[in-house]
Amino acid sequence: MITQATNYRRRKLVDYGMRGLTIGATVLALIPLVLILSYVVFRGAGALNIAFFTQAYEPPVVGLDGEVGNAGGVLHGIIGSLIIVGIALIMALPIGILAGVFLAEYPSNSVATVVRFCTDVLSAAPSIVIGVAAYVLIVQRTHQFSALAGSVALAVLMVPVITRTTEEILKLVPHTMREAAMALGAPKWWQTLTVVLPTAMSGIMTGVLLAFARATGETAPLLLTVLGNNNVSVKLLEPMAALPLLTYKYTDTPFPAQNTLAWGTALVLTLLVLTVNLSVRWATRSRTK
Amino acid sequence: MSEARLLTNTNSLRRNVAVGALVREREHTDTLAHKLEAKNFNFYYGTFQALSDISMVMREHSITAIIGPSGCGKSTLLRAINRMHDQTPGARGNGQLMLDGQNIYGPETDAVLLRRRIGMVFQRPNVFAKSIFDNIAYGLRIAGWHDRKQLAARVEQCLRQAALWDEVKDRLHSSALGLSGGQQQRLCIARAIAPRPEVLLMDEPCSALDPIATLKVEELMLELRREYTIVIVTHNMQQAARASDETAFMLMDPATRSGQLIEFGPTNRIFTNPQDKRTEDYVTGQFG
Ligand SMILES: Nc1ncnc2c1ncn2[C@@H]1O[C@H](COP(=O)(O)OP(=O)(O)OP(=O)(O)O)[C@@H](O)[C@H]1O
Ligand SMILES: [Mg+2]
Repeated sequence: MITQATNYRRRKLVDYGMRGLTIGATVLALIPLVLILSYVVFRGAGALNIAFFTQAYEPPVVGLDGEVGNAGGVLHGIIGSLIIVGIALIMALPIGILAGVFLAEYPSNSVATVVRFCTDVLSAAPSIVIGVAAYVLIVQRTHQFSALAGSVALAVLMVPVITRTTEEILKLVPHTMREAAMALGAPKWWQTLTVVLPTAMSGIMTGVLLAFARATGETAPLLLTVLGNNNVSVKLLEPMAALPLLTYKYTDTPFPAQNTLAWGTALVLTLLVLTVNLSVRWATRSRTK
Repeated sequence: MSEARLLTNTNSLRRNVAVGALVREREHTDTLAHKLEAKNFNFYYGTFQALSDISMVMREHSITAIIGPSGCGKSTLLRAINRMHDQTPGARGNGQLMLDGQNIYGPETDAVLLRRRIGMVFQRPNVFAKSIFDNIAYGLRIAGWHDRKQLAARVEQCLRQAALWDEVKDRLHSSALGLSGGQQQRLCIARAIAPRPEVLLMDEPCSALDPIATLKVEELMLELRREYTIVIVTHNMQQAARASDETAFMLMDPATRSGQLIEFGPTNRIFTNPQDKRTEDYVTGQFG
């Protein structure tokens, strides 16, 4: 009975066709990603050794045969990136989440409209523009390239991403849950803090991770703010090294050993983002289930 | 529940009323204090008047049922009592709606404090994405309960009252979202009664429950009646007849589409001897 509909075969065919199309498009989108990732692993894996993780910049030593000897490592870049992005995150997280909460919980407010517009503009702004702004406003005024200036620039890039995802995720929390809390006599701020935010936590974390990944890979604003440093430095008010800067710098040298370092750095950068991503996902998942 | 499935047999309704009266051991409610009182109360969503000129009382230690066809404003009236509409743009009430003689819509009334005295169970279960325990403890913590032992004892007591304890006692700390719809609704009931509100508003609390759980909820209501004032919206005529002391019948005015109170009185009288033809048609299932 059910299979005797006249257009049954046609419907089946259309169904197969559509499914094929979506699968095809997905594969097409994945091909460049897989190619890039595997090439980074292929070229970068060779650079990973103990020196790579434990040494900072070493001037290349050219042997008599023209081979470059000791190429050093990127410890200064790893530490620098963690510090710069970490501080940026500390600055961006509260601002971004609070702004997102404000937009979601008080949506029809004229201030909210302005804030939303600004966030949209900001999230579309090219990162080099943010870098120039940080350069003019911080570096030039303090007469000093500094890690802190880089963190500020990255924080400015992260805030809109965090704000908008927080807003979108909070809007998905069913209104009925807020009503339940309201009916139990919870003031609005308490509802938001104890019901809405925990429910949305894993979604918000996804936004934070997106922002983190974007900031970790940013190069342009760092060129104009943290400048770079050949040594391991933890001083916030001085130039500091960062992984993307090293990738940039080492790719552009005539020494093959340093080119290899650039690939290694790219791989470490990718792995860093991946590890943080996976661990935060894992941590927030185990909490909400 | 479809109108067609409403009881069409007046006799069986009368029988139910008789049984209900035995369970309730109470025929006269006139002497009880007025816990809630509406005097010419109107409610608006923007320009649309959803309730017009509602005047009725809800007595302390009694169960008041609100019945009427879908869309006549039962939920609106119930939600007006604890000001759940405060966040809805354009929604406002006027006239008088009093809790212990104090106007709920008066300027001196704080909605948050008001809601701590008036609990609510909603039409659809709305558990928090928290553990079963934390769902029930939520209102208790707001009310200042922090001692773990006391919390645990009260949580167990409420789960037992809501006939849920045996089903969840082994997984109090797993997510409430893993419960079935009916279990979630009983959890909502337990959560609402936990902080011991003075008034309990229930909006079709049993529409997602099986007959056994429904009867348990009704037993619970009769038990709670000793301490609380209960207002229940229901589409189930038998439930109203069985478990309530007084019944209000509402209807939407065909011309203005706003809800009106047609008849209000002791449940027994509403079901056996209604004064208004429309009430009679409705409770006997001959409506629309
Ligand atoms: N937030 C709102 N904004 C505008 N109109 C509303 C809103 N909520 C309810 N209404 C309208 O108010 C009227 C009464 O609705 P209400 O939810 O109180 O009905 P009800 O009697 O509870 O119906 P049901 O038995 O289906 O739950 C309806 O016409 C409805 O469309
Ligand atoms: Mg309703």
